[in-house]
Amino acid sequence: MTERHGRREFGTLRLAGVGRRFGRHDALADLDLEIHRGEFIALLGPSGCGKSTALNCLAGLLPLTSGSIRLDDERIDVLPPERRGFGMVFQNYALFPHMSVRRNIAFGLRMRRMSKAEVRRRTEEAIRLVRLEEHADKLPGQLSGGQQQRVAIARAVVLEPSLVLMDEPLSNLDAKLRLEMRTEIRRLHQTLGLTTVYVTHDQEEALSLADRLVVLRDGRVQQVGTPEDLHTRPANWHVADFMGYRNLLRLTAGERTGGAIRVEGRGLRLEATPVGDIRSGQPVVAGVRPEDLVITDSADPGGNVVRATVDVVEYQGREHAVEAWTDDGVRLHIRSGRRPASGDEVTLRVDRARLLAFPDDLGSGPAPAEPEPPEGARQVAVAGRGLSA
Amino acid sequence: MTTVSPPAPTGTGSPPGPDPGLRHRLAERGIDRQLLLLVPAIVFIVGLFVYPFLYGLGLSFQPREGGGPFADYERFFTDPYQRDTIWKTLVLAVPAALLNVLASVPIAYRMRGRFRGKRLLTILLVVPITLGTVLTAEGLLNYLGPAGWFNRLLQSAGLVDEPIQLIGNYWGVFFSLVITGFPFAFLLILSYLSGIDPSLERAAATLGARWWDRFRHITLPLLAPGLATTFCLTFVLAFSVFPSAILVGNPAGETRVISIAAYQAAYEQYDYPFASTIAMIMAAVELAVIALVLLWRSRLYKGSTGGKG
Repeated sequence: MTERHGRREFGTLRLAGVGRRFGRHDALADLDLEIHRGEFIALLGPSGCGKSTALNCLAGLLPLTSGSIRLDDERIDVLPPERRGFGMVFQNYALFPHMSVRRNIAFGLRMRRMSKAEVRRRTEEAIRLVRLEEHADKLPGQLSGGQQQRVAIARAVVLEPSLVLMDEPLSNLDAKLRLEMRTEIRRLHQTLGLTTVYVTHDQEEALSLADRLVVLRDGRVQQVGTPEDLHTRPANWHVADFMGYRNLLRLTAGERTGGAIRVEGRGLRLEATPVGDIRSGQPVVAGVRPEDLVITDSADPGGNVVRATVDVVEYQGREHAVEAWTDDGVRLHIRSGRRPASGDEVTLRVDRARLLAFPDDLGSGPAPAEPEPPEGARQVAVAGRGLSA
Repeated sequence: MTTVSPPAPTGTGSPPGPDPGLRHRLAERGIDRQLLLLVPAIVFIVGLFVYPFLYGLGLSFQPREGGGPFADYERFFTDPYQRDTIWKTLVLAVPAALLNVLASVPIAYRMRGRFRGKRLLTILLVVPITLGTVLTAEGLLNYLGPAGWFNRLLQSAGLVDEPIQLIGNYWGVFFSLVITGFPFAFLLILSYLSGIDPSLERAAATLGARWWDRFRHITLPLLAPGLATTFCLTFVLAFSVFPSAILVGNPAGETRVISIAAYQAAYEQYDYPFASTIAMIMAAVELAVIALVLLWRSRLYKGSTGGKG
């Protein structure tokens, strides 16, 4: 019984071939993952990618259809949620509306049949930890979203769970509060030495919080890695799409020289860095982030440039988000410190290392969005000349 | 919302359509002209409920035999044959309503989620509503009567020698009240239950609560106000039991319920004032029971239950 009272110390949580099927649809397939104590893991992906399914499987709220979950040597996927000892923070917080903040937080301790004194001591400690002292006797309905969120977190961590599961905990908060709570969550993770699995669809949130990220798509793992890995070296164009490579261009691979490869087509001819095995003549998706397309004034910009005509400019604080079109109707997203005017013809330089060429997995999933240029853009782009290599 | 408000008289220069100035001035005094739409409903209620009720109340103070305004009340309470109908009806209605509510809870609790055949099962559980008391009574006579299937089954199984008397007494009426009252209770409780956010119980599970603790600490407290309301409604239905008390009960003896007393006063003795008196007493008893239940309910948490309902 002692281990039910304190934290169950563990070394590794091992998911092997975890899958969950709904009818004939695989919501999650072949998830292999090792989580070490103290890690902050983010499950990242668009809605419907299986990340919440994975979390519910971990929590025991959904039975697996295949695979196993082991905590060190103990198989836990057969245990009901109440016997796993994991804490969970729900997207809608799921606070008990008829209980005060204090009773909400004490609930798990009471369920573990702890002594009254112990329940009180740990509850007060948790209330202090999330700074809700003045609100301890209120009902959840009387609290703001951020305060409710803190109650939900306190309720989960007061049990000192071996693993804390968070299901998009910040998605119901406004932008400012979201940033504050993000820091708060990371602070709690560090000070309490928690092991956290965090589900989100927000890549920025995942990158800033997690030690390692798991990117999911259609129920399958696309890439597991550190934030730096994913940010600079996405494994395929789907991950790139998700990690903010907003410019994804369907091109054809040309000749390969050393570490670089030529990609061309649709009036473009650029040097890129290949990701994975690409042969000459193969279709590729070339991806680059908006901030890596640099507007240059230089009369002789050298190689790897694109000419485009500015269409829409949005002010975004320190920078401007610019949408431009090449003569051949390729849309480019640019971030720029200065403000170009609509209709301006600009020369964009792209660093070879920042332009990634991925094999194009034709026919798997939707193609990168390639809209038709608007009528106006065609007209302003008439004078442009495309690119030079 | 604004489309239904009648156009207010507007002075020259104001834009056409409802005058926001007037509406705001009325709103400041707490008057919403859209409430005028309630007038037909109010007329209906006053005409068909309040007026007959007050008429009956007045009638009950004008006894046919004279003797002061309270003579009929005195007559009711001094005559054990009349007075005991209150007790006989309560003994039927309270347990039947309680059983309906208590039996609905576990069944509705198991039927919250989605599963194959839920619709069919719901229809089966709800169908007795559509049958009407008389058909139910007839079914009971056939099934539970001395020569009915139930007794024949018991006898052929050797469990009893003589048929058990289940019809023409308290039990016949009780079964009839359960059969007709259960669907109401079940439907109400099912909808109260589906109004409770299912993630609350899942959260409780991750906090270490086993199913009984989850039910006791989360679902039951959130459901309790709904249980109180459901109890009141099924109790009122059961308290006014009439046809089955005659058809499957013993209307001269143990199931001489209060509505039979009122019926006899009105249509056998043609003593409308006395019948009105009994009806008023009936209403007072119902209100007393409901008041007790609602008093208990007022001490419970009644806020949001987090769900969609």
